[in-house]
Amino acid sequence: MINRVVKNAEEAIRDIQDNMTLMVGGFGLCGIPENCINALVKKGVKGLTCISNNAGVDDFGLGLLLQTKQIRKMISSYVGENAEFERQMLSGELEVELIPQGTLATRCLAAGYGMPVIYTPAGVGTEVAIGKEVRRFKYNGEEKDYLMEHAFEADFAIVKAWKGDTAGNLIYRSTARNFNPMMAMAGKVTIAEVEELVEVGELDPDQIHTPGIYVHRVFQGEKYEKRIEQRTVRKKA
Amino acid sequence: MLDKNGIAKRIAREVKDGMYVNLGIGIPTLVANYIPDGINVVLQSENGILGMGPFPFEGEEDADLINAGKQTVTLLKGSSIFDSAMSFGMIRAQKVNLTILGAMEVSEQGDIANWKIPGKMVKGMGGAMDLVASARNIIVAMQHVNKAGESKLLPKCELPLTGIKCVKKIVTELAVLDILPQGGFRLLETAPGVSVEQVKNATAGKLIVEGTIPEMVI
Repeated sequence: MINRVVKNAEEAIRDIQDNMTLMVGGFGLCGIPENCINALVKKGVKGLTCISNNAGVDDFGLGLLLQTKQIRKMISSYVGENAEFERQMLSGELEVELIPQGTLATRCLAAGYGMPVIYTPAGVGTEVAIGKEVRRFKYNGEEKDYLMEHAFEADFAIVKAWKGDTAGNLIYRSTARNFNPMMAMAGKVTIAEVEELVEVGELDPDQIHTPGIYVHRVFQGEKYEKRIEQRTVRKKA
Repeated sequence: MLDKNGIAKRIAREVKDGMYVNLGIGIPTLVANYIPDGINVVLQSENGILGMGPFPFEGEEDADLINAGKQTVTLLKGSSIFDSAMSFGMIRAQKVNLTILGAMEVSEQGDIANWKIPGKMVKGMGGAMDLVASARNIIVAMQHVNKAGESKLLPKCELPLTGIKCVKKIVTELAVLDILPQGGFRLLETAPGVSVEQVKNATAGKLIVEGTIPEMVI
């Protein structure tokens, strides 16, 4: 079996260079590749374009790379929880492309499925549609307008999974799955950090979410903080 | 006049047995608290849940299990987890029957604006553009007027749009209205203690009042 294992985050990101485009998995702070983000801060690469649903919070997740001004451009759907992000965007230091969440997910999917474009109704008639090809299709008994959107191209995709084996097969846990599977499929080079790395044969092939063919490097991460953004609870009766 | 919970309670009556429902952040989230017993609905959260349950008990939070508002939640029996692409796939394919969301402005054509105030609030549209572009049934939960006292039901939206010709019904603290296919807000019900005159004064867009308007039952 092909072995995809690298030692740690530093080795996994060793050839990420200035001005590259990265996909970064996660939804809010859930399912983000904490180890790789920390390693990117340490490495100090600059001018990055990051495709990620959110931008972390001020002192965690992608917020760490914003603080150090390593990100030149963000492509996201929602960036509401990050004051430093808002400051950099309004001052023009940071370029921001806000796109619908489903469009973001499907542009990743298209890349991994080998399809150059998709058509989606999201954003028709809004500023998202400016400059895009609009076509009218009949679907589900209804005729309406669709926007043509391109598959993303990313130098690296960095994802976080729950379990992975040495061949790069991945299993995610709960809603930490989110954007990770389709980003894993979409990188020219895909790096997966996992909570638990096991030998081949230990994962049930029927349970694999991302087949190892999409994953070029895998390592077991450490010291996961798994910070909760909105801790909401009920009292026991 | 209704408070936020009153609006949520009234909207809960629009939720029918067997529906898959996506609830937005804010008042829509409260709707879950008022779905009557015996009505079986499945809540969809666009980060990848069908069958979302209530908040966890203290000490039982799971950082890997959150809803689209990034709040810790639980799963009900029979729930399922999926990735973001499938989540928006089922939304685009119109498998999700009802979308309830908030708005800053709604136009008499059914256009909605709820994601951006130029130069001021720049948070992003999240999944709202996908939801409003695909859902067949969209109910907006919002205040009839903004903090400055200006109507949010307009002839035309002034803020950047989230979607066009998509809103079917609006529930505010004053009234329930639907949007006619040819345009216009048709008044269906007034909130307890609210007159038709009050609704007229708070509605900048074209308001259609036909016959006697019943008071809301909540």
